[in-house]
Amino acid sequence: MLLIQCPACGVEAEETEFAPGGEAHILRPEPGCSDADFAMYLFERKNPRAVHYERWRHAFGCGKWFHMARHTHTLEIFGVYAADAPEPPQEIKDRIAERTAS
Amino acid sequence: MSDLSLARAALDVTPPPDLGAQVEALSSRGMVAIRGDLADAGFAAALKAATGCDVPGVRRSTEAGECRVLWMSTDEVMIFCEWSAAPGVVASFMEKAGDAHVLALDVSDARAVFRVSGEKAWRVLAKGAPVDLERFGVGEVRRTRIATVATGIVRTGDDSFEVFCFRSFAAYMWDWLCVGAGAESLSDL
Repeated sequence: MLLIQCPACGVEAEETEFAPGGEAHILRPEPGCSDADFAMYLFERKNPRAVHYERWRHAFGCGKWFHMARHTHTLEIFGVYAADAPEPPQEIKDRIAERTAS
Repeated sequence: MSDLSLARAALDVTPPPDLGAQVEALSSRGMVAIRGDLADAGFAAALKAATGCDVPGVRRSTEAGECRVLWMSTDEVMIFCEWSAAPGVVASFMEKAGDAHVLALDVSDARAVFRVSGEKAWRVLAKGAPVDLERFGVGEVRRTRIATVATGIVRTGDDSFEVFCFRSFAAYMWDWLCVGAGAESLSDL
């Protein structure tokens, strides 16, 4: 069971209040890209046994989308951040580096 | 008119006897959903004019007279008022808001509200909601789930909660609350 803090409403709740939205930071390729690139965008997803950046939604709560950095093996949550962030904030990257180095 | 009576008939219910907490359906409750920029001064002025209430803080509610304003999300509030007053609240909010980018909608018949009260009321809700209700302040609002139903909970007093959900779940929620409030399920083992 994950305990997740929603960055929009500040609630810390268990995962049954949230809905997972898959891998985060997937960029849509430019118009005119190759079929292979577009297929990659549509279908190819990472499945690491490591830190994973994900999209989640506070489905039963305030309804807002957000991002989360989570380790898929230890289930440790390194932090949550805004849905419109193009990449994870530096403090979360630092925390991941610190935790995974030890 | 007949359609309206049909929608409201779902809340014409009597609780079973011998409950450990009081459960009632608030069939005369009106609700207005408002979306907009909660930090905007014009939004606050329009809300004040329509309800007399201030904009609530995050996960809080404000109260004035017959109205209560609940924080629903970063860009949404819900107004509780008398059922007959809801269209007037919408009209006065929209008039005062002018050209601002806001939306107000009378959702009285889209949702259902129940009151659970008594010393053990929080224990009834705690059976189904993943929320620490013992440490839930008066006036606090929490959108969560009860069993599998998306629900809003507001603590209106020390021993009193109001629970709202979509009207399509009203019958289920009523049954769930009555079972959860049964004297047997609230007995101390």
